[in-house]
Amino acid sequence: MKPASFDYFKPTTLEEAAVLLSKYGEDAKILAGGQTLVPMMNFRLVTPQMLVDINDVEGLNFIEQRDDAVRLGALVRWCEIETSPVIAKIHPLLSEAVKSIAHYQIRNRGTWAGSCAHADPAAEFPAVALISNAKFSLFSTRGRRLVSAADFFLGPLTTALDADEILVDVEIPCHGCNCFWAFEEFALRTGDFAIAGVAVMIDHDNREDPVRFVAFGIGDKACRLPTAELVIAKLGLTDKTIHEAAAGIGNDFEVRADIHASAEYRLALTKVLLERSMNRVLASGYHR
Amino acid sequence: MSVHRIISTINGKAVEREVEARLTLADFLRHELRLTGTHLGCEHGVCGACTVIVEQKAVRSCLLFAVQVDGKDVNTVEALSTGDDLSPLQRAFQKHHALQCGFCTPGILNTAHAFLKDNPEPMADRVRDVISGNICRCTGYVRIINAILDAAPSYRKIT
Repeated sequence: MKPASFDYFKPTTLEEAAVLLSKYGEDAKILAGGQTLVPMMNFRLVTPQMLVDINDVEGLNFIEQRDDAVRLGALVRWCEIETSPVIAKIHPLLSEAVKSIAHYQIRNRGTWAGSCAHADPAAEFPAVALISNAKFSLFSTRGRRLVSAADFFLGPLTTALDADEILVDVEIPCHGCNCFWAFEEFALRTGDFAIAGVAVMIDHDNREDPVRFVAFGIGDKACRLPTAELVIAKLGLTDKTIHEAAAGIGNDFEVRADIHASAEYRLALTKVLLERSMNRVLASGYHR
Repeated sequence: MSVHRIISTINGKAVEREVEARLTLADFLRHELRLTGTHLGCEHGVCGACTVIVEQKAVRSCLLFAVQVDGKDVNTVEALSTGDDLSPLQRAFQKHHALQCGFCTPGILNTAHAFLKDNPEPMADRVRDVISGNICRCTGYVRIINAILDAAPSYRKIT
């Protein structure tokens, strides 16, 4: 189908974009990569009165390495993350996760910020943001505020973004020197949405929160797996603890059933992916 | 509804038109410019038939609005070769019988062309991954992948 009519604005500064959003609120949508928004418009699932195209907005397209974090501007596209030597070095989990996102042509255009603002429960980037304790920066005419990944994603297609706010950048803490990680997802075909996915990070330099497991595609949003984390934090990661850790995750989230998979299948799959991830961590030379 | 004047370079030629904001690039190419080599399948970014090259990148033309290519360089399958000569990539598709009905072919050619320019020495697995965003329901992909691998040397620059 063809999208319904809309007005189109192409601001060149963030302030100009924010003024448009504050004026039109819910009637306006931000257009960045458009790889989710435009299909929804073509199906008329959404019919915004106005698109604010931010592709020409200055200062949103950067990958910046800081001492212990990497910052991404809202216009960074998947293909740029995928091929960035900086990210491959300081956040290899993100590099790996991006390979599972959609297809080559979509990755050439789609942005991480668009994916996060859309907040599909099966999206990969929100899971990586959650496991890394990333911080999102939101901008509006009222000012700028920082929201952690744990507080940003509220539910399916629902985020902490107000109608007049723009997601402008994300700061993702880098892997430490002793950080071990793995990423696994299962989809019916390459590039399809994940039926279930798991990310694992074990970083003993992080004393407060060394064992972090996240599942996505299984419920309303990406979520931590505290039961499994606790088993590994207490007993350590060994051949013997892996199965016990994965066995208890059923209490950590509400499993979603849909046309692609029943709740039972999804839960079983998530356990398998979690065990597989922990085995990969062990195989990658894990030590305390 | 807003209408915008755009100036783009389409297949090497400057094109100036007035477009409605909601006009997709695919419909602009096909209906306004009569460049019907760009095929439109699913209209939601899944089938890959409408893939064109914008600023050197293979993208879905059903997921871009014409107004977004103002000032940009767009190449469609019509620009792959000049006159009656086929490009090395097109010749490889002919040689390997990498098409039957041909509906998906323009999108696959554009995808492969943009990819090979950046990656002239690809592994077969990488080609498989790249082409996974293009649905072909006739041939299967083996011949398509063989054709792309066969055409790759023609993209290597002589140093």
